[in-house]
Amino acid sequence: MNITNSKYEEALERYTKKIAEASTEEMVLNMGPQHPSTHGVLRLELITDGEIVKEVIPHIGYLHRCFEKHAESLTYQQTIPFTDRMDYLASMNNSHIWVMGVEKMLGIEKEIPKRIEYIRVLVCELNRIASHLIAIGTYGIDIGAFTPFLWCFRDREHIMGMLEWASGSRMLYNYIWVGGLFYDLPVGFEERCREFVEYFKPKLHELNGLLTENQIFIQRTANVGVLPMDVAINYGCSGPMLRGSGLKWDLRRIDGYSIYPELDFEVPVGKGEMGTVGDCWDRYKVRVDEIEQSLRIVEQCLDRLQKELKRTPDFDPRAKLPKKLTPKPQDYYVRGEGAKGELGFYFIHQKKKEFDKEGNIRLMDTEIPFRVKSRGPSFCNLSVLPAISKGVMIADLIAIIGSIDFVLGEVDR
Amino acid sequence: MSFEDIKALLINKFGEDVIVGEEPGGLQPALLIAHERIVEVCLELRDNPKTYFDFLSCLSGVDYGVDEKRFGVVYHLASIPYQTQFTLKISKENNRDLGELPSFPSITSVYHAADWHEREAFEMEGIFFEGHPDLRRLLLPDDWDGYPLRKDYTTVDKYYKGIKID
Repeated sequence: MNITNSKYEEALERYTKKIAEASTEEMVLNMGPQHPSTHGVLRLELITDGEIVKEVIPHIGYLHRCFEKHAESLTYQQTIPFTDRMDYLASMNNSHIWVMGVEKMLGIEKEIPKRIEYIRVLVCELNRIASHLIAIGTYGIDIGAFTPFLWCFRDREHIMGMLEWASGSRMLYNYIWVGGLFYDLPVGFEERCREFVEYFKPKLHELNGLLTENQIFIQRTANVGVLPMDVAINYGCSGPMLRGSGLKWDLRRIDGYSIYPELDFEVPVGKGEMGTVGDCWDRYKVRVDEIEQSLRIVEQCLDRLQKELKRTPDFDPRAKLPKKLTPKPQDYYVRGEGAKGELGFYFIHQKKKEFDKEGNIRLMDTEIPFRVKSRGPSFCNLSVLPAISKGVMIADLIAIIGSIDFVLGEVDR
Repeated sequence: MSFEDIKALLINKFGEDVIVGEEPGGLQPALLIAHERIVEVCLELRDNPKTYFDFLSCLSGVDYGVDEKRFGVVYHLASIPYQTQFTLKISKENNRDLGELPSFPSITSVYHAADWHEREAFEMEGIFFEGHPDLRRLLLPDDWDGYPLRKDYTTVDKYYKGIKID
């Protein structure tokens, strides 16, 4: 259509100018810390232009509990309950990696009996399933699907019950100790666990039908929040975030710690089935696939624990506990695959200076680390949020936050 | 590449004075780098096809004790293509005066992952990072006094905003 009327063009110009000026008005919007879809006490300051998010400024620290300061004044064994409280949805994984680091520094990592290692991996993988179930369930709620949340919590309840049976506590276990375990598995645990695996497999299939292939869910998550692989690496993302971007990087395979080299499992990666590689749907799918793989690991652990590593009456999981946890003065960075990604602890151990009666300085062995730095996977995964949420809609920002799956206990430590 | 190879590579590229020492023993050998050249060393290690240390695992600020008067930063790098790990350390002497913070170059231009880690090291140990784009406090309140992970840190006040500290 060709319009030559100048008066009309003037009017049109006035109108477009008005709209253009109105739409460039920016607004600062505060999201959180008590927002249901920020998964805890995360506060985001959004600079928005209408529905478009121009910039995201995260403010964290609402759940800071001085983990590193505590670790400098407590012994290695006493700090294990504090590691549980970092990523409180996968406490077993945290204490496993902490304990691995301390054992390596003491040089006793080869002396741990096989049965203990298998029990450790068994409970860690159960806890990983529980953590991923929460990630999937709450992600559904963020998008607007309520049923998966209830289904996930129903199935997670079985895992919580089993771990409570083993350790005496539902979430914060303090079960894995340096050199051993708190207790052996209770009698009948293996059978109950196998029952759970059989029960859970069809449930996972149902969950897939409900959410993974749900058209509304796909439309909300595919091609949203695309995280390219190079950006993910540069920002230090790890775990399902990095694997969702298409990189096969799983420390259980790369480092091959504990007994993972003896186990048979795949490392799922994002393939961009519904959209682009590295979008929210890929990250979600990686978690679903990881649950399947964790179930395989659990089954293999159970096979071993029921056959060649069967419980014996004289088996004592505390037999190898070192009397004194005094490593040599050294630095060590231990890393392992937590539920959310690469969890690392950097230890600096030094001798303690003490004055004797004559006032001379003596260097004493100590059980307390000089400095501990913890590298939480959620901390690094969250730091990529401002980079991938420039120019998205506010509703998509919710989808991106949910797909990162962070735990504020670990971000703030 | 082994520890010695990486050391030779860096000496080849930047000269002898870039390396001020090494800790070869222990579980993870570390290379001590001249603190003002850490950015170019990181960039070289990241981009050199023989090393490709493209993943910054961890960055820790360290206060080496009240008697030492020495502050440092420890970098744990990982290479995804080669599946190797490497540790770099920088440190310098500085007094413990809160008005004169020890200052190191920021490596955020090489690894974005360093951004939040450096902010944390700044508020916890009181280490300043030159060239950091946004060096605000991260975990603590904006008006916090002192640097809690310094070895001589004590809570000076009995009260924090009217709340009694035991």
